[in-house]
Amino acid sequence: MSPVLAIHDLEVAYGTIAALHGISLEVEKGEIVTLIGANGAGKTTTLRTISGLLKPRKGDITFDGRSIVGSKPHIVTKMGVSHVPEGRGIFANLTVRDNLELGGYLRKDKITAQEYERVFTLFPVLKERIRQSAGTLSGGEQQMLAISRALMSRPTVLLLDEPSLGLAPQMVQTIFRVIREINAEGTTILLVEQNAHMALVTAHRGYVMETGRIVLTDNTKALLASDRVRKAYLGG
Amino acid sequence: MEDFLQNLLNGIAAGSIYALIALGYTMVYGVLKLINFAHGDIFMIGSFVGFYAGRYMARHATGEAASLGSAALVLLLAMLVCGIVGYLNERIAYRPLRNAPRIASLITAIGVSFLLEYGGQMVFGPDPKFFPTLVEKKIIHLGTITTTNYQFIVLAVAIVFMGLLQYIIYGTKFGRALRAVSFNFETASLMGIPTDRIISMTFVLGSMLAAVAGILYGLSYPKIDPLMGIMPGLKAFVAAVLGGIGNVPGAVVGGLLIGIIESFVGGSQFSSYRDGIAFVILIVILLFRPSGLFGRYEPEKV
Repeated sequence: MSPVLAIHDLEVAYGTIAALHGISLEVEKGEIVTLIGANGAGKTTTLRTISGLLKPRKGDITFDGRSIVGSKPHIVTKMGVSHVPEGRGIFANLTVRDNLELGGYLRKDKITAQEYERVFTLFPVLKERIRQSAGTLSGGEQQMLAISRALMSRPTVLLLDEPSLGLAPQMVQTIFRVIREINAEGTTILLVEQNAHMALVTAHRGYVMETGRIVLTDNTKALLASDRVRKAYLGG
Repeated sequence: MEDFLQNLLNGIAAGSIYALIALGYTMVYGVLKLINFAHGDIFMIGSFVGFYAGRYMARHATGEAASLGSAALVLLLAMLVCGIVGYLNERIAYRPLRNAPRIASLITAIGVSFLLEYGGQMVFGPDPKFFPTLVEKKIIHLGTITTTNYQFIVLAVAIVFMGLLQYIIYGTKFGRALRAVSFNFETASLMGIPTDRIISMTFVLGSMLAAVAGILYGLSYPKIDPLMGIMPGLKAFVAAVLGGIGNVPGAVVGGLLIGIIESFVGGSQFSSYRDGIAFVILIVILLFRPSGLFGRYEPEKV
């Protein structure tokens, strides 16, 4: 089976400073794949390049077998890749409902009542907040909104950038439970995380990044047991 | 008291024209963080389209009903032409500079402004022209104050278009996308919003409102020339800053305030400072409340 998302020898630079030195990775349909590593390793850069926000200097990205390198972000979204950016990217000046509706911007049909119900089942608090301005939500609620909004385009692949960043432990548990549920319902997920432990117990496979390179890849069981990962990312 | 009411009425009529222009400044600033200094000249083009179309209509139409219908047609034509000019302005001059430093777009905007002003002198001729009478002028006496049907037409047309804009921004899918783009460009593109198209449409909408202002201006102050956009353009810019640049209701309130203050200064013993007062307001607002009346304070990101 060919992977739904594949990156081959990707090089990205900010001006003259290289951020990715030729990374390759693959995501199979139905998987949760995580990309872990320290700050500045290039995880966010990788996601931003996949969704078209950054143009690579070299290398290829294919989605469903077709190259998406150089496509504008709205085209990549249209093809079925939905990106929840770092810092959540909530439209704080719009209501919660407007945010959700924007997630479905490309759809010809309206977002159905069932879809709203599904969001409210995953995150009941959004139901109470639906008319509120999204800027008034707590960090955790904003993350819930960002994930729900990304689902409105019915993506094949969901890119999540640091969904647990800055959230209370209880909220982190909720977010990761939902990530598993979304995956169980058929959405493929590429998850970038600094919380390596949560990421590794949630995902099926993982890649470890250091300074713009992938230094290790395996299934998450093996990574959790690996000395190198334990020392560097799991606190011994 | 009657002076007060008279000045207020004149001020509101002039202010609603400023407000229509200010909306274009503020909408473009909202999505691109660019002061489109060519906007006042688009307003001038609107007036000139009105001049040529109105003159043509005057030769070919007769009767009261024909006059109202042709006035509406003139308005639509001016909006169409200005919409196209606004679109091309963005497409040719600003889009190639999207990722350049902001100062590059600003200088380009000033360049486009000069191009339209002096290109206008070349095409239309530098001499002032007399705007045709699109609608029969009627003097109206309201108690002790005197007005014309023009002031009411200006007010009514301005209100209709502001209402239409309000509906577009808050009641349509496009408006939601526009608000998203002006909040965060990049995240909006991740939603699948074609940001370039939204930006184009913003220019088209703003330019159409400038066209409406151009026609209403020609109706009220019937002497038009290719440099006529400079002053109203600058004052409308001040109005947008006064209301909080990027803020749509702010532009309307700012425009009305500038119009009213100008009218009162014009009716006082300081009447020779009439054209200067807007800039005094600009300086005061930049000193004491740079975010404007309704703007949020956002420190410049480094």
